[in-house]
Amino acid sequence: MIPEVGHFALILALAVAVVQSVLPIAGAGTGRVQWMESVRTTATLQVVLIGLAFIALVRSFVVSDFTVLNVVENSHSLKPMLFKVAGSWGSHEGSLLLWTLILAIFGAGVALLGGNIPAGLKARTLSVQAWISVGFLTFMLFTSNPFDRVFPAPMDGQDLNPLLQDVGLAMHPPLLYFGYVGFSIVFSFAVAALLEGRVDPAWARWVRPWTLAAWISLTAGIALGSWWAYYELGWGGWWFWDPVENVSFMPWLLGTALLHSAIVTEKRDAFKSWTILLAILTFSLSLLGTFIVRSGLLTSVHAFAVDPERGLYVLGLLGVTVVGSLTLYAWRAPQLEPGGLFRPVSREAGLLINNLLLATATATVLVGTLYPLFIEAITGEKLTVGPPFFNAVFIPVMLPLVVMMGVGPLLSWKRADLAGVAQRLRLALLAAAIVAGIVWYLQTGGPILAVLSIAIAAWLFVASLREWALRIRLGNVPWHEAARRARQLPRAAHGMTLAHLGVAVLILGFVGSSAWKEEQILFAGPGTTVGIAGFDVVFDGVEPVQGPNYVAQQGQLRVLREGQEIARLRPERRSYPVAGSTTTESAIRSTFAGDLYVTIGEPAIGPESGQWTLRILYEPLVNWIWIGSVMLILGGFLSISDRRLRIGAPRRAARRAALPHPAE
Amino acid sequence: MSRIPLALPALLAITVGGFLLWGLDPDRDPNAVPSARIAQPVPDFVLPAVEGTGRPGLSAADLRGGDAPVLVNVFASWCVPCRAEHAVLTRLVRNEGVRLMGLNYQDEPADAARWLDDLGNPYARIGSDIDGRVGIDWAISGVPETFVVDADGVVTFRYVGPIIAPGAQEEIREALAAAAVRS
Repeated sequence: MIPEVGHFALILALAVAVVQSVLPIAGAGTGRVQWMESVRTTATLQVVLIGLAFIALVRSFVVSDFTVLNVVENSHSLKPMLFKVAGSWGSHEGSLLLWTLILAIFGAGVALLGGNIPAGLKARTLSVQAWISVGFLTFMLFTSNPFDRVFPAPMDGQDLNPLLQDVGLAMHPPLLYFGYVGFSIVFSFAVAALLEGRVDPAWARWVRPWTLAAWISLTAGIALGSWWAYYELGWGGWWFWDPVENVSFMPWLLGTALLHSAIVTEKRDAFKSWTILLAILTFSLSLLGTFIVRSGLLTSVHAFAVDPERGLYVLGLLGVTVVGSLTLYAWRAPQLEPGGLFRPVSREAGLLINNLLLATATATVLVGTLYPLFIEAITGEKLTVGPPFFNAVFIPVMLPLVVMMGVGPLLSWKRADLAGVAQRLRLALLAAAIVAGIVWYLQTGGPILAVLSIAIAAWLFVASLREWALRIRLGNVPWHEAARRARQLPRAAHGMTLAHLGVAVLILGFVGSSAWKEEQILFAGPGTTVGIAGFDVVFDGVEPVQGPNYVAQQGQLRVLREGQEIARLRPERRSYPVAGSTTTESAIRSTFAGDLYVTIGEPAIGPESGQWTLRILYEPLVNWIWIGSVMLILGGFLSISDRRLRIGAPRRAARRAALPHPAE
Repeated sequence: MSRIPLALPALLAITVGGFLLWGLDPDRDPNAVPSARIAQPVPDFVLPAVEGTGRPGLSAADLRGGDAPVLVNVFASWCVPCRAEHAVLTRLVRNEGVRLMGLNYQDEPADAARWLDDLGNPYARIGSDIDGRVGIDWAISGVPETFVVDADGVVTFRYVGPIIAPGAQEEIREALAAAAVRS
């Protein structure tokens, strides 16, 4: 019965979404306040109804209701409870339901929390949001109903792909979707602004917290996914430029650009048309990601069950949303009033360069990701674009961006004093030179790019600290005075510093773990000793282990440094009899200096039996990637908690030029 | 501001959308990497022997006009999976009478000879492809890689990666049997 309740709730939610997609915007067009105010009710109803459906699905998974097809295909009665719950969003249908739920949560968030947003803008925004809701609810109801029944019910389920049975991965999709879908509300704001024909600093300020919230979630989602790949896949890497990774990374890059360009719109009333375009494109890339993951269009390690009919539906949805909004943009953007003027050396110019570089980086990733498809369509040739392309093209775009990040925050609005800025950055330049020298001394013969990257990271780190110190006048005024100034500094300023420092820390991790990685793959029998990065790793053989829904063979390894045992590592090969698959569980000894990472592979057969394939890696500095990611996320939280976003309802400037009212 | 640049994003999106629509064709399998060599005669090549192995070199003529299908295995002493695969190949030769040819890919003869000394030498003939030219003619994608060639010298099957898992061994046996029936 309960699955039917869930299904019915979804149908009701669709009806409510249809009302919300028409009534408020019509109200805004005709000036009927009650119609505009209806969003509070409809947005809340949508969350309640879709939430009900979601709970119904989770319940089916928790009680292992094998009359529901989705549960049969993705769960098993012996699975640990956490993964039963996580299984509800592990499949295509379930994840789509989660997607729609988050869409509704953001809509309700704006309806209920956005008290300071003018009724007209709010009504239009939420109508646009409801159009997206209608699209996804119909998609789910017509092609991917998560509540489909199966008769007769099988005795047990087919189990979720064991690779996906992991705490990190249980949390990865929800965070990623919060990011993806969070940009939907920014998109809705942008389309509503185009319909109104007006973008001003107040608009940028209303949009900012939603952009930040989406950006924080996306950052966390990507970092978590990368972390999962690192310790679960057993390849010892954290980023593979896989198409599905790329499609989550593109909205992040463009969302980062949006975050910065919106600052210019908010503070200087400039970059309006550009900010709107970024808002549209960021969500378009999120939708593109959804499409690529669900259509099986490209070769990837990630994939849902592929179904051409679904692919066609999402493509249709993508087409209507993207082409529709971009056409509206082409039509209305010329009417946006150009904003404040600025000199070539100014914070605006710095942020413009930041935006251009981020947009270029996004375009690079997009071209690299879709290139195999383009070539196959035109010449019929099949090829893959791998890490060498992305590393060769992406890094040269990002390094100048990081250099700019050190300079930008020191530039003043409108017109900046370059000589003064250069003088303030002498310390950062010195730090970069010293760090480059030290790295060069330690790693002579290593890649030059690595030395350069670390130096640029040092530059950014010191320049960011310097900017922060200048703001609170550290060193120029007594300590207690500096501390008082630090307390009075807006949280957004602290957030920016922390996030920029986080980027410097990230680079340290990226470079360390890719440029100076050591790797040994060997065939080992008990007693084999391997020397790597100053450690001796002794392989003592393999023991069988019994897990809840798997059996494993556990390698026993001891790590010695100068003859002293400092750690034991136990990598596993797990066989899941129900799902009929095998996974590797790597064993990692983590320190701030680097990770010693061991995976155990296939056992040998025939005359060499008793031997195992071992893969031993040393990844220097890799943990700084996760530390840097946390700094980015905390920086985002600091910024979103800024006073000016919490209160201080911005007053909208009186309309300067009367625009023809858009026909609805 | 002129409208033409502002319309560019929409036009670009439509173009990309066209490609995406094309890509949805259900008959298209993005994961299939077709081999140029399947159902083709083996390419013309002559390779010298690997010194110190005591086995003759390998050429296209050795693969044509035999009376049974053969296995051509691309290997190298520097390739770790090859070491794991070696035991399987040896067993196929010893227990099942498979005729195995080696293509020693981008490897120093001395290293290859030492490797085969250590592990045993199941190959009937080994060609030394030091500069990797012949590997390109065979369109290999990496080492190890294994081809089934029927008695007429036509490539009938290709396996990428080490033949270790029972499933992989079964695939090879089936391909050998199928090639034997054909010729």
